[in-house]
Amino acid sequence: MSVFAVSAYVFFFAGAMGHDSAFTFHALLASAASLAAAGVILNRYYERPAQLPPAQINGRPNYNLGPIKFASVLAMFWGIAGFSIGLLIASQLAWPALNFDLPWTSFGRLRPLHTSAVIFAFGGNVLIATSFYVVQKTCRTRLAGDLAPWFVVVGYNFFIVIAGTGYLFGVTQSKEYAEPEWYADLWLTIVWITYLMVFLATLLKRKEPHIFVANWFYLAFIVTIAVLHLGNNPALPVSVFGSKSYIAWGGVQDAMFQWWYGHNAVGFFLTAGFLAIMYYFIPKRAERPVYSYRLSIIHFWALIFLYIWAGPHHLHYTALPDWTQTLGMTFSIMLWMPSWGGMINGLMTLSGAWDKLRTDPVLRMLVVSVAFYGMATFEGPTMAIKVVNSLSHYTDWTVGHVHSGALGWVGFVSFGALYCLIPWLWNRQLYSLKLVNWHFWIATIGIVLYISAMWVSGILQGLMWRAYTSLGFLEYSFIESVEAMHPFYIIRAAGGALFLIGALIMAANLWMTVNAQEVDQIQDARALQVAE
Amino acid sequence: MPEHNDIDHISGRSTTGHEWDGIKELNTPLPRWWILSFYATILWAIGYWVVYPAWPLFSSYTTGVFDYSTRASVVDELAGLEKLRGEKMAVLGKASLIEIEKDPGLLGLARARGKTVFADNCAPCHGSGGAGAKGYPNLNDDDWLWGGSLDQILQTIQFGARSGHAKAHEGQMLAFGRDGILTKTEIVTVANYVRSLSGLTTTANFDAAAGTRIFAENCAVCHGENAKGNQALGAPNLTDRIWLYGSDEDTLVETISYGRGGIMPAWSGRLDPVTVKALAVYVHSLGGGQ
Repeated sequence: MSVFAVSAYVFFFAGAMGHDSAFTFHALLASAASLAAAGVILNRYYERPAQLPPAQINGRPNYNLGPIKFASVLAMFWGIAGFSIGLLIASQLAWPALNFDLPWTSFGRLRPLHTSAVIFAFGGNVLIATSFYVVQKTCRTRLAGDLAPWFVVVGYNFFIVIAGTGYLFGVTQSKEYAEPEWYADLWLTIVWITYLMVFLATLLKRKEPHIFVANWFYLAFIVTIAVLHLGNNPALPVSVFGSKSYIAWGGVQDAMFQWWYGHNAVGFFLTAGFLAIMYYFIPKRAERPVYSYRLSIIHFWALIFLYIWAGPHHLHYTALPDWTQTLGMTFSIMLWMPSWGGMINGLMTLSGAWDKLRTDPVLRMLVVSVAFYGMATFEGPTMAIKVVNSLSHYTDWTVGHVHSGALGWVGFVSFGALYCLIPWLWNRQLYSLKLVNWHFWIATIGIVLYISAMWVSGILQGLMWRAYTSLGFLEYSFIESVEAMHPFYIIRAAGGALFLIGALIMAANLWMTVNAQEVDQIQDARALQVAE
Repeated sequence: MPEHNDIDHISGRSTTGHEWDGIKELNTPLPRWWILSFYATILWAIGYWVVYPAWPLFSSYTTGVFDYSTRASVVDELAGLEKLRGEKMAVLGKASLIEIEKDPGLLGLARARGKTVFADNCAPCHGSGGAGAKGYPNLNDDDWLWGGSLDQILQTIQFGARSGHAKAHEGQMLAFGRDGILTKTEIVTVANYVRSLSGLTTTANFDAAAGTRIFAENCAVCHGENAKGNQALGAPNLTDRIWLYGSDEDTLVETISYGRGGIMPAWSGRLDPVTVKALAVYVHSLGGGQ
């Protein structure tokens, strides 16, 4: 608590000294947050029961669900915020007037806001929430630490606020998916190390002899993201009282570091982390055993080992040396089967329970997410092949590929997990499966519109850029290719709108779920009715 | 913990004997097609490493059996392009502008070259059809600030206007209001006079005599006694109905008060001489060439 009290003072001082208004704003925000944290902890100290909450009640683990509830509610909130901004920037591409000629509503500032909101704010909160839940349940032990889990969820979301408001002010270190400036990065480092410690300590005090496969994936995700974050972000601030900094790496080394980070953010944040979700929630929902233990262990280690090499495929035909490009491409190809190992294990876990897909739209969502995962992890290695990349690179095909993974895989697996998790956490019955069914179909149509529009426009773009006339001159000017994109940008925005509508239905459904009676009370009421 | 010989009755397979929160794992062997495909991709990768540059060594890298390099392949592709259009472009380079316009083959070539170059370099200001915008001249009409002959167009493209290039077109309209040369009333008067030159309506109490006098004393130096303009200075003709910035009174008052002087960059250092030539022919053929 004294740490927070001191930092409240320090940040207030830093705010007063700030060289730019964004830095001042962030320092004052940090000061206020520190003050609030100190207050909350003080309050907790005086109002606490005589000792820490018990690890067990009546011989059963006393699971720590508070931080998980917090993170899952915020996941839903950030998800809707991120999808909405996505819809806005998709519309800006179709109708540029929607930039409104204001700096903070321009595409350049909103685009990182969208990507960070959906990946780190939505995805990150889903990962933290589910990992804290799964590690407790599969280790049969209470989450390690008392304040630490709260520090992780609140601290992580404070990072999101700093990062997001920074983008709007134009604060960025201009590294894709790693835009936050040095002070936000430092804060995230502290939060992430705490996250790792909480997770490891919980694993260490597990009551099960073995570590469940989902936890391997969560641990790989947490450890690797820490390494990637530290590797990509070393920077020298111009002043400790200013937001601007310069990255330690330069030239092609910086580009390589950036895409080593960028690709493995996909690999370890959006793949390993969400595979962990799949490995717990699909068997749990389908009430079937995991298809193959051996496949899970082989594909886990193969995935971990191969993914980390694949980054250079983002830099084909650039100043990156040819040998590095070759390694990036070949490792991407070798990554294909290890990626599909996860798909096989996810889909085949359904064997013996396929009929449940008809009746349970939540399970259907989870399974379709795995199908999208399989599709995206086949498309990825294909696009990493240099010849294919020479057509697809810098076009909308890349955007389409990313979104089949992001909307189809990450989005759907997260939705499925939240539809399971929220009722479990609050001890409620899901308000309406019918609404889940609506969500599923509306969002699926949205995804199909989105990715097929981007495939067509991406390939069209690539072909137009490389078309030569018989005289040896370029057939099309750049602006003609932009003009040709217009109808596809409208279709894409429509797809995004459907996806957003689906998420709004979900939020309403979950809201009704949480606000309903507890499951025990419903059963009591039923019992009474029977008695009459 | 369940027994170690725990069998899943639906699949008939044994489990690994572990259970976490109700989840078990089957002891299914690796799918054969999966592991074979995995091996195949590894073999393919090894083959690729033999053929192409792949592994770093101490101070170099394995170059592969074909000695492939991206740079060399770009050079090859550029050579192919040169072969495709080099000879024709050489002829274009040697021919004079007039010769190009008279020879249908050369004209077609120059226009084909000019079209994409125009779209990628000139269209951002002059519009994709060359129709211009406020402050950016229309290239389809016969009204030319710096001259509409082939040579004049070529010169404008090469060196630009007020571009900072030593040979650029120079000439600046003075800020008559800001610099205190004319009063606000005088500016409004002469703005109305300028409108009257092309038959536009004037305000009711417009003092035509004063307008004529102010114009003669201040504007005629560049725009000429008869207001027909002067291409040597880039001073536009004020008697036609073509307006670069607008003809309404407010815009004219703004123009006279603060002056004008749009900038066109010099392209001689950015585009090669033959391309600039082709571009001149293309612009000349848009409709207004003289």
